[in-house]
Amino acid sequence: MTTEVPPVPGRLVLPSYQRPAGVHPPLNSPGYASSALRAPGLPPVRLAQGLTEITGPLLGAERVTVADADLTTRHRGEPLGERIILTGRVLDSGGRPVPDTLIEIWQANASGRYAHGVDDHDAPLDPNFDGAGRCMTDSGGRYRFVTIKPGAYPWRNHHNAWRPAHVHFSVFGRAFTQRLITQMYFPGDPLFGQDPIFNSVPDPAARERMIARFDLATTQPEWALGYQWDIVLRGPAATVFEATQERR
Amino acid sequence: MSLPPSSQLALTPSQTAGPFLAIGLPWPDGPFVVPEGTPDAISISGRVLDGAGEPVPDALVETWQAAPDGSFAHPDDPRGPAGQAGFRGFGRCPTDPGGRYRICTLRPGAVPGPGGGTEAPHLDVSVFARGLLDRVVTRIYFPDEQAANGADPVLATITADDRRATLVAVPEPGAGRFGFRFDIRLQGGHETVFFDV
Repeated sequence: MTTEVPPVPGRLVLPSYQRPAGVHPPLNSPGYASSALRAPGLPPVRLAQGLTEITGPLLGAERVTVADADLTTRHRGEPLGERIILTGRVLDSGGRPVPDTLIEIWQANASGRYAHGVDDHDAPLDPNFDGAGRCMTDSGGRYRFVTIKPGAYPWRNHHNAWRPAHVHFSVFGRAFTQRLITQMYFPGDPLFGQDPIFNSVPDPAARERMIARFDLATTQPEWALGYQWDIVLRGPAATVFEATQERR
Repeated sequence: MSLPPSSQLALTPSQTAGPFLAIGLPWPDGPFVVPEGTPDAISISGRVLDGAGEPVPDALVETWQAAPDGSFAHPDDPRGPAGQAGFRGFGRCPTDPGGRYRICTLRPGAVPGPGGGTEAPHLDVSVFARGLLDRVVTRIYFPDEQAANGADPVLATITADDRRATLVAVPEPGAGRFGFRFDIRLQGGHETVFFDV
């Protein structure tokens, strides 16, 4: 089933994605107990970005329906909690929008309980909320979800540990190098100071970039509060890539 | 030919996927880069293990690879349109309570590497899990590609034989060229080589 593919010219111009120095949390983060046995002990080996890294899955809209972006209308009744609109853009570090890319989110319900068998927090499940959503960015890199504000919840990382309210975001971008899973937080949360996951990001300015902004213009009267949050992925710069081999 | 640095926006930091990624990320067809039963399909399976050798039951393994002819289903592959139209190239499998994952796919072809060499057939792998504040990235190479592996510029950067061996799958007994095992050891003895991409 192999078909003929043109041989590689001697010199190609490929994008090369900037490395995110100083942005992401160190894997070994002593305040976060779960990292103790899971964070690699050896430093990562630097990999020269090649074709496998500068390409990536372009997952199409066939995977998503419009209804997937509204977490409040997928069950028989409406979920309890504060209805919110989460919207923003996916951009690269050059400021260019990232269109037609898949965003997946998951979150706790308004009581701070996940619809997952492992979550044993003594708070009620909501039969009208499963906490999962998907959408594709539009041609301008924009996304928009309707959901409810998740509750804070306790965990057993340390004495009296509570996670600030957050929504998990998974973004593909257009290259393997751009793949990102992160968490979006809400402004002014009093739990930030004691949370080792939020604070695992060493740079205070970078931590701020995980916090959405309340936006009255996004807020819909008599209906839902609006939050704006942009996601910035590593951007490409063109570099010359020498490739002289033909495919086998 | 680089972009002006003045236009730089600061990046969004990574955070852990946490223990409940199974709510949002698995797809029914995720592990099937090609449908089960596709001619020449291979199976890559293994376990994700922590520093105590215990299975990691709440991880997500994602794979990305070239088609059998070495092309990528992507417009940034400068060699032109992909020869394998419709090949998704992407696999995604959550681990089960035993830390196991399995991907059904086609063998990737070799691809030209940066600097002029040829990269042996491989898959790029991301692992996400509770306890990982950022993904870890590794590669899967094939045990029956010794000559290509010997010339691979990425494997050549890892000088210790036992470290390099962590990147090469092993044959699944009885599966011939169609079944491979690749365990991912996050920490400790025989720790898998992870890459800064």
